[in-house]
Order: sequence, then C-alpha cells, then structure tokens
Amino acid sequence: MALLEVSQLQLTLATPRGPVVAVRDMDFSLERGATLGIIGESGSGKSLTAMALMGLLPEHAQLSGSIRFDGQELIGLAEPERCALRGNRLAMIFQEPMTALNPLHRIGRQVAEPLRRHRGLDAAQARRQAIALLDRVGIANAASRADAYPHEFSGGQRQRITIAMALACEPDVLIADEPTTALDVTIQQQILDLISDLVDERQMALILISHDLAVVSQNVDDMLVMYGGSVVESGATEAIFGHLGHPYTRALLAARPHLGAAQSRLQTIAGSVPALADLPAGCPFAGRCAHTMDRCWQERPAVARVDAGHWARCLRPEVVQAPFAAHPP
Amino acid sequence: MSVFLLKRLLTLIATLVATSAVVFLVLDVLPGNAAQVLMGPDAAPEAVQALAQQLGLDQPAWQRYLQWIQGLLVLDLGNSYAYGSPVLDLVLERLALTVPLAVLAMLITTVLALLAGVYAASRHNRWGDMGVMGLAQLGIAIPNFWFAILLILLFSVKLQWFAAGGFPGWTEDAGGGFWLGLKALLLPAISLAVVQAAILARITRSAVLDVLREDFVRTARAKGLSQRAVLWGHVLRNAMVPVVTVMGLQFANLLAGTIVVENVFYLPGLGRLIFQSIANRDLIVVRNCVMLLAAMVVVVNFIVDLLYAAIDPRLKASDL
Amino acid sequence: MNTISLAPSAWRRALHQRSLVLGAALTLALLLAAGLSFLWTPWSPYEMDLAIKLQPPSAAHWLGTDAYGRDVASLLLVGARNSILVGLIAVGIGLLLGTALGLLAAARRGWIEELIMRLADFTFAFPAILSAIMLTAVFGAGIVNAIIAIGIFNIPTFARVTRASANAVWSREYILAARACGRNRWAITWEHVLPNILPMLIVQATIQFAIAILAEAALSYLGLGTQPPQPSWGRMLSEAQTLMFEAPLLAIWPGLAIALAVLGLNLLGDGLRDWLDPRLNRAR
Repeated sequence: MALLEVSQLQLTLATPRGPVVAVRDMDFSLERGATLGIIGESGSGKSLTAMALMGLLPEHAQLSGSIRFDGQELIGLAEPERCALRGNRLAMIFQEPMTALNPLHRIGRQVAEPLRRHRGLDAAQARRQAIALLDRVGIANAASRADAYPHEFSGGQRQRITIAMALACEPDVLIADEPTTALDVTIQQQILDLISDLVDERQMALILISHDLAVVSQNVDDMLVMYGGSVVESGATEAIFGHLGHPYTRALLAARPHLGAAQSRLQTIAGSVPALADLPAGCPFAGRCAHTMDRCWQERPAVARVDAGHWARCLRPEVVQAPFAAHPP
Repeated sequence: MSVFLLKRLLTLIATLVATSAVVFLVLDVLPGNAAQVLMGPDAAPEAVQALAQQLGLDQPAWQRYLQWIQGLLVLDLGNSYAYGSPVLDLVLERLALTVPLAVLAMLITTVLALLAGVYAASRHNRWGDMGVMGLAQLGIAIPNFWFAILLILLFSVKLQWFAAGGFPGWTEDAGGGFWLGLKALLLPAISLAVVQAAILARITRSAVLDVLREDFVRTARAKGLSQRAVLWGHVLRNAMVPVVTVMGLQFANLLAGTIVVENVFYLPGLGRLIFQSIANRDLIVVRNCVMLLAAMVVVVNFIVDLLYAAIDPRLKASDL
Repeated sequence: MNTISLAPSAWRRALHQRSLVLGAALTLALLLAAGLSFLWTPWSPYEMDLAIKLQPPSAAHWLGTDAYGRDVASLLLVGARNSILVGLIAVGIGLLLGTALGLLAAARRGWIEELIMRLADFTFAFPAILSAIMLTAVFGAGIVNAIIAIGIFNIPTFARVTRASANAVWSREYILAARACGRNRWAITWEHVLPNILPMLIVQATIQFAIAILAEAALSYLGLGTQPPQPSWGRMLSEAQTLMFEAPLLAIWPGLAIALAVLGLNLLGDGLRDWLDPRLNRAR
C-alpha cells in the first residue's frame, strides 16, 4: 500500500464569481521514500493541492475525493486528529522564509515547539534536540544561536530553520512548496541539496512543488505537470524529459532561455493563463495549444498513454505520442 | 538598550518641560494678576499689591515659572489661595481616589477588550464577530456620563445595590474600608471602562486579524498546533504592539473621563478638586492639578514605549 | 483559520451596506431635527411653566416636561441644532488648520515635518476636556471656549492623518513623474495630493464630528459648555441627574439623543470608509 494515495481529488473554492473548481480529478500515489515533483505556473492548483494534503485550506473550500495517508482517510477527518498528523507525520515548508518565522519568538523555541507538542518532551529535552536539528541543517554555533531571533538571520538561514522545524518529529512526508523561489540563486542550490540529503538520510517521501523545471528535474524521481487545476502529464522524471508528451509541457520547456545558443527572441506560449472561473469546459489548455481542435473546448481529455507509466491528458493521443525530446538543437 | 532608554528619557524630560511651560502660560501668565482676580475688580490697589507681594506674584513671569518648577521637583506646590493649606496635601488626598479609579477602569477595560477582540477575530464574519462589533459600536457612541447615570438608575435607584454616589474613604475610621471603597469605585470604573473597552476591542480584533494573515501563523498551523494554541501562543503577543499603543493613548482619555465621572458620582477626586478650584478662582491649585494630569499621561506613554521594547525584540535592535 | 479573507463573504457586503445605510439614516435624522428646529418646535424650549413641571410623556408633551415645565421634545430639537453647530465649527477648525499642517509636513518633510509631528504628539497629552478646563478657568465658561478647545484638539488629529495619507500619495510614481517635469510642491499638493486624500478626510471629519458632539455634551454636562438658557443635551442630563428618583425618564431622552447622533455619525464614517476604498488591505 502506498504511503499517500490521492484519488479523484477535487477542490472547489468560493469566489466573487461563484464556486470555482481549483483542482480537478487529481490522482497520484506516493510510496515511502519516493520523491514527487509538481510543476505548474501560479494558479495551476499545485499549492492548493499541498494545502489540501495538509488540511490547511480556507474554511469555504470544499474537498471531494479521497486522500489516504498510511491507510487513513484524511478528507473529513476531525480537526484534532488532523493536528496530530501535521508537523508530526506530514510536514510542510513554504515559499517565504523571511516571514515564515514568528518574529517575537526565539528560533530555538520555534524549532522545539513541534517536539513539545507531538512528542511531549519537556523544555530542556526539546531544546537539546532542537539544537541538534539546527546543527544538522547547517546553522553554525547552533547552541548559542538557538536563543537568537529570526530577524538576526538571512533568508537562506531562515529557510534552513524552517526545514529543521519541519523535520523535528521525523515526518513520513515532507512537502516543500517553492522552497527556493524567494532565495538568491547561489543559495537555492544549497537548500535543494540540503533537502535532498535529508530526504535520503531519513527515507522521507518528498513532494517538491515548483514552477521551475530545473529545480524539479534534478531532485525528484517522478513528476506531475499541472495546468489550470488539472494534471496534464504524469510519469517518471527521466521518462518525461526523454519524451515530452503534453503540448503544455513541451511549450514550457521550449520557453526556457538557453544559454549559449544564439536566439533572436524568447519563445513564449501564446495567450495567458485564464482565470479559474473562465476555464473552458474541456481541456484547460484549449486555445493556447497549437493542436487545438473544436472538441478540445467541450470534452474533458482522457488519459492518453505516452510510455510505460507515463501519460498525458489529451484528446489527441497521436500528438502526445509523437517523439519530442527535451534537448534543444 | 541603554541608548534606547536614554533617548526615551530625554524625550520624556523635554516633553514634561514643554508641558509645564504651556500649563504655566495658560494658567498663570494669561489670567493676569492673580491677586487682582482673587480680590475682585473693586479692591483697593494697595491691598492688591500687598496680596501680590505676599503670594510672590510681583516677580517677573519667568522667575515665577522657575520657582514653580523648583517647587515641583521638591514636591512643594505652594499653598492654596482659597484654603491656605499646602496644595500637595490636597492633591495627595484626591489622588488616593483618582489613581485607584483610573487603574481599576484600565484593568476592566483591558480584560473586556482583549477577550472581546480575540473572540470577535476568531469568529470573523460570523455572528459572534458581528455581535461583538455591534456592541462595540454602541459602546463608542454612548457618553460615559450617560452610561454612569443609567448604571445609577439601574443599580442604585431600582435595585438599590449601590449608593448613588459619594465615597466612604479607604480607612475604617471615616466609616469606610478597603472593600467599601472599592465598591464605591466599581460603578464609576465600569462607566469609564465601557467606552474605552469598546474602542480597544475594535483595535484588538483588527490587530489579531492582521496577524492571522501573516505567514508565520500558517507555519505554526503546519506544525500541528490547534487554532486555540496558535491564537494564544503566537498571535496574541504579535498583536499586542498596536494594542498597547492605543492603551497608552487611552490613558489620557481615561483621565479626562475621570474628571467627568467623578462629578457624576460625587467622588472627591482630582477632577472635582479642579472644578471647585475653578469656581474659587484658586488658580494655583488648578495649575498644579492640570500639570499633574498631563504629567501622568506623558509618563504613561513613556512606559508604553518601554513596553514595546519588551514585547518586540526587533525594536531594541533598530534604535527608533 | 489563518487564511481568513480569501472568501468574499456575502456577510461583509451586507454589513457594509447596512452600516452605511443606517449611519446615513441616523445622521440625516439628526440634521433634519436641527433644521426643523429653525422652523417649528412643538413648544418653545424657553417657555417655563412650573405648573406642568416634571410631567411624563403625554399627547400634549410627547416626551414630557422638565423641572421648569419646558417641553422636552422641543429642548431636544433645539439641542440638536446646538450640537451640530459646535461639531461643525470645531471640526471645521481642525480640518482646515490640521489638513494644512499635514499637507505642509508631507510636502516639505525634513525638520518641518518633525516639528509639526512633535507638536501634534504633544497636544495629545492634553485631552479635549483638560484643555477646555484650562481655557474656561482663564476665560470663563461658554460655548465659544468649548468650540475653541474642541477645535484645537482636532488640529493634531487631522494633521497626523493628513500627513500619513499625503506621504503615501507623494511616494506614488506619477507624483515622481510630475516632479521630474518640474511641477513645484504646492501645485502638486493642490492638484494631486489633495484630491486623493479627500475621501479619507471626509471619513475622518465624520468621525471627528461624532467625537465633537460627545465632547460638547461632556462639557455642557459639567457646566463648561453651552450656557443657559440655550438648550444643550449635556446640560439636560446634568439637570436630570438631580431628579433621578422623581423623573427617571428625563435622564434617558437626552442621553439617547446623544448616543443615536454619535452612533449615526460613526456608522456613516465607517460605512463611507469601506465604500470609498473597499480594496484597502485591512481586516474589516
């Protein structure tokens, strides 16, 4: 049995323009120790999926479908039980390290907090473990720095601290939502490496969410590509990059600037991401896709197989099955 | 830290000096010759002159000012024109009522407002929130002296649980006592507190809602803390900074309110002393009492500033 | 619970409209009452008739009579006129002088701004009641001194609020563009800053109006404001207090009038604020 099994997940939000489906028909599973990347632009629903897994959605959000964690159904689970899982077996780190920590609490206390909450440790024990964690994530002089306040640390260090906090109770799953987007480029790799090492070391499952293909491609074994609330392509990272199936994924890759190659203009995807309330009834990518047919507007695309274990949602299987490699000429 | 403290102290002293200058200007220089005023327009000039000399009023303004300041520093406030007795004694006697009243009112205000504000924020946009905010709107609109009268109507006239006014004193010999004194201050304190609590509750709710939108609250929830734990453990302290600011400002309003409320309940406090002195043209008492009230406000704001640094460590680092 | 404001709840919209509507209705009632008092009152508020003193509400005297036999309803109507007068002038003083100072502070910045703000902060050490007491101690009680005292206290409030809003406007990019084109500070202030802060000023003025009515009532209650025989809600309350055991209703009407007037203005101010700039990033 997979550690995490999501099936037919659907998330509806209340907006000024009425209820809107933000995540549609999501299916995936995650084994222990496996790594999954979720790629998508802003508004694709990737962060909301993570929030749904953690149970941190706003009150007016409606979830249907199933999320099974270690055999237990999470949707509809009472709040106290949810709290017992959060920070304990399911942990999450977020995009903005500069504002992720309480400015008025010392960092040692903040890292120790999940330990005290879930493991019932007393202050001294929790502090000892917190210092060990801070040391592991690369905070120098952890013992003395544990009494410092967040504003005394840089962005990269604060992200390390939030990683320490997330790992305190040795969770089974770590969800990282754009963990490096707000950091300087030089720091980004360090943080990603840290996460990778920790994931290997502790045999955690990892869900890495990003809009940046480079970040995702090097750090996860499997990938989901999301657009407009739907998963448009899914498979092993190598398989996807070896043979890009969905037109959106192809366009995404083509849009990346290539160093070294002479280019007159950057390639873009024509049009813009429609607001969730304006998505077509059929394929969300209809209109922006070079291969759009009339049917695409009305009919929900079914799953079309690209390779073993690698599929894309498209009404035109011949399009996704045509060979298309990632590497530029 | 000491630089921070030093700057604050200097500002405090400067403000006190400026305050005293303004008070002196308005209540000593402007009215003109106090001796003339005391004796009336028909008094003989020699008599006025004699009184003026006796009261030290024939010296130039700045000299009188300096004498006054000197007196303040050694707590020699001069003698009342009307009673002849030392102003200090009069004032202390009255402070023994006004200060406890203000403190009691502040306590009630704080407790009411924090509970109401946090509750309203936790029930944002639902009936609990609307209810509390509706009550707060009413509380702000009601004049405190009218509320006092209503309280008297209900609890003194109708139910007869409380006296309609007056103060028995803190000591037993005058027929008073600690609890009796406190009981006499209860209705006045409540009427003062209701308005201030309404204002503070709105500020608290607003501050809490603002903090709830911060990222670190999301982080705290992701760590598995319950809504209640997040509210009391993380949110409240962060919301306190704007709340404490307003509490400092409210103290000035509270003191102003005691002046009115003391009149409603016939309490022998500082406020009534000021009034009686105005009627008696006893400007020296008025001057000192006003200075005292203004100084209390300034000092409280100073303490509030210090409280900031205690609440928010970032302020100690960046010297504001 | 921490992602609260994502849902544009229908509740919020209803509340806004409600507070705006209710506030406007109450304020209108207040203005109409004052206006009406110029044309007609059930009885003359100055007419004393000790024979009919302290009567409960009746067909002839809708709210009863006071200790001197005067008709309470008429007293309230003329009292409304009084409250509005004080409110308008006091807030007017504060608005004109305070806004001017605030605009000056925002336009010049530097030591001028520091000075003005320090003076404003300093004035807050003297609540309106205290300054009114000081003035009346020196110059005697009366409506003029009350207006001056309340007006003086309004100046720093408007100065602060204006400066804060004006600073926000000054930092906008099209202002920078105007300055780059060589427009001088005063032209920019007049043409750009002032129109932009006008909505906020209107809201603030409404709220200060409510505060002024409360302050005038308190001063009149203490005997420091409007002097007899001019009717004043505050003084009506102080007269009623001595008769609480005999005629409790007398203490209700004037207080109710004050509370409703202030409530109306506060609701109006809040409603206007939310209506004029609903996108403000505030928790409401």
